[in-house]
Amino acid sequence: MSRIERQRNIIDFTLSSLLRRKRKTIALILVYVLIVFTLGSVLLFTQAMKKEASLILAGAPEMVVQRMTAGRQSLFPVGYIDKIRAIKGVGAARGRLWGYYFDPRTRSNFTFLVPKVFEAKPSEIVVGRGIARSLDTSEDDLLYFRAFDGTRTALRIRGVFDHRSELVASDLILIGERDFRRLFGVPEGYSTDAVLEVKNSKELGIIAFKITQVLPDTRPIRRDLILGTYEAVFNWRGGMALVVLSGAVLAFVILAWDKATGLSAEERREIGILKAIGWDTSDVLLMKFWESAAISITSFFAGILLAYAHVFLASAPLFAAVLKGWSVLYPKFRPAPFIDFYDVAVLFFITVVPYAAATLVPSWRAATLDPDEVMR
Amino acid sequence: MIFDPGVLALLSGSFLVVATLLYASWYGIRILRRWDLCSGSQLQLSLERRTYLIATIMAYALGFQLLSLFLFISTADRLSSLLAGAMCAAGALNANKWGYPALILKIVNFMAAGVWLIINATDNSAYDYPLIKKKYMLLVPITALICVEAAFQTMYFLRLKPDIITSCCGALFSAASSGAVRVAVLPRKPVAASFYFCMALTLTTGLFSYTKGKGAYLFSLSSSVLFGVSILALINYISPYFYELPTHHCPFCILHGEYNFVGYPIYLALLTGGTTGLGIGAISPFSGVKSLQQTIPKFRKELILICLSSWLALFAISAWGILFSNLRMD
Repeated sequence: MSRIERQRNIIDFTLSSLLRRKRKTIALILVYVLIVFTLGSVLLFTQAMKKEASLILAGAPEMVVQRMTAGRQSLFPVGYIDKIRAIKGVGAARGRLWGYYFDPRTRSNFTFLVPKVFEAKPSEIVVGRGIARSLDTSEDDLLYFRAFDGTRTALRIRGVFDHRSELVASDLILIGERDFRRLFGVPEGYSTDAVLEVKNSKELGIIAFKITQVLPDTRPIRRDLILGTYEAVFNWRGGMALVVLSGAVLAFVILAWDKATGLSAEERREIGILKAIGWDTSDVLLMKFWESAAISITSFFAGILLAYAHVFLASAPLFAAVLKGWSVLYPKFRPAPFIDFYDVAVLFFITVVPYAAATLVPSWRAATLDPDEVMR
Repeated sequence: MIFDPGVLALLSGSFLVVATLLYASWYGIRILRRWDLCSGSQLQLSLERRTYLIATIMAYALGFQLLSLFLFISTADRLSSLLAGAMCAAGALNANKWGYPALILKIVNFMAAGVWLIINATDNSAYDYPLIKKKYMLLVPITALICVEAAFQTMYFLRLKPDIITSCCGALFSAASSGAVRVAVLPRKPVAASFYFCMALTLTTGLFSYTKGKGAYLFSLSSSVLFGVSILALINYISPYFYELPTHHCPFCILHGEYNFVGYPIYLALLTGGTTGLGIGAISPFSGVKSLQQTIPKFRKELILICLSSWLALFAISAWGILFSNLRMD
């Protein structure tokens, strides 16, 4: 029990001594919180983006097959789909119709997609929130589009997506097959690409290989690889942001070093008195350890809480533009609150570990001061 | 190289630790060469002060090693989704030849730092620094090992070649045939039997040594054997019960949330038991030193208590996992 009692007394003393030097402590904590907040926001936001992407892709087809002509994607003949179906292990396969439409009014691209089942009447569409917002329209309004041959085509808005699908469906327009072909001039018998399901997901690689054998002018794309790419892209963005911010961490480390080295006359006298009344060097070291632990824990948790609020309550206004890297139609995106212990550990590593390393030697130097030298 | 926050955190942390340890070893070597307790010179005084710094650095390094061990495994776990054919850390670490050596070195270095701190605590309990030369002699190889570990870890992350498409339109093809890691799969029953045998032996020798104050070497030896056997048992015998899947032998997946993070207490108990067991063996040869005659038996008793409770905890968690699992194997 005496051991715990000893630690408690030292913590008690450390905290009161920190409170006595309020100004210096608060200044350090403020900078510390700012660093944890900045880096934490980057990490939490990247994680939220990855989560969002994986949630969205969970419903994506397992494999997409595109036809390539001269290295460019071209229209996919419907006859190819039967050949794909004939491959063993392929479940359902169907052609997909979708495309981009550049809208000069908003200077942005809309995505048109013909869903598998579309329950609207002809000349009706369902649009994403971003489009509704930027064109200032709502349900039952008419939207005019320029078809491939220059004719004006009017389509009525049947509905607007709810905000849950904002990130992917913001610029999306769902349209019937007939209207799609009229708008873009895609001839009957062709689709944009094909999607297929595979009965056993372990066979994805083999089936992709077989497709390239049967249809040499096609390119299969697997969902798991797309997911991996998203993961890599967001990790890379997060890592990039961290490298950019590493200068700030370095500045913080220098500040912490400086604060720990530059003991005020009062602090020196305090340590001198402690040693004169019988404190051992290891006791003072312990005190210094608790001091940096108290500062680190306070700042770390305050920083994480602020970062959490910044990312999940305020949608990360400071970093979204850098980390999202998407087109202009995605202004409102509120990630689902999600915190991963792994990120907390990474954050701990890039903030607290450098701080601990920077204050190690100065703490020791302070702890080994000679009492007579200090109090003279 | 994969540019991931976890990778950056591990690399920067390792470089920091290497830098502080090199600093510590530099003074360690000076202590080895210039230490003279009878002298009252300025140099001797400053060296005596340095011992505090080095001990603090080692304590921090120990904490760091523990955290970085788990972070390394979790990072490998994360990266597995980027590597064709890898499903968890086991596969990701196998992605190149540096992964497993780095992991093993992390474990070894954690234990080495722990043993060093145990020796240091023993030495500090005496008035005349009886073990000073020995412990600073040990500091140099530990620093070297940690440098090698940092190098291996760096090589691992640098040589990691993700087999991914760089954009949605890029061509994607991967001959995903890099087989899953083949862990030393041993027959289950002999492994289970030796696990129970070593556990029983360690607990008995530990109790004997605790009450009688004798047989510390035997206890240390059996604890070290138990450390190795436990890892094998974890792979071949215990973990399938947690997964409730007789074919799943992964030592890393038990760290996942799906299995209630049960791997963390298991590995903590394993590492603590292994390290304190080794530490007991390391300090026992010095129980004859005059200034340590009083302190070593007392200190050793504490260590045995920690060691025994770790092994008991490991045993309890494993037994709980096996008994309350829906998996039955015979």
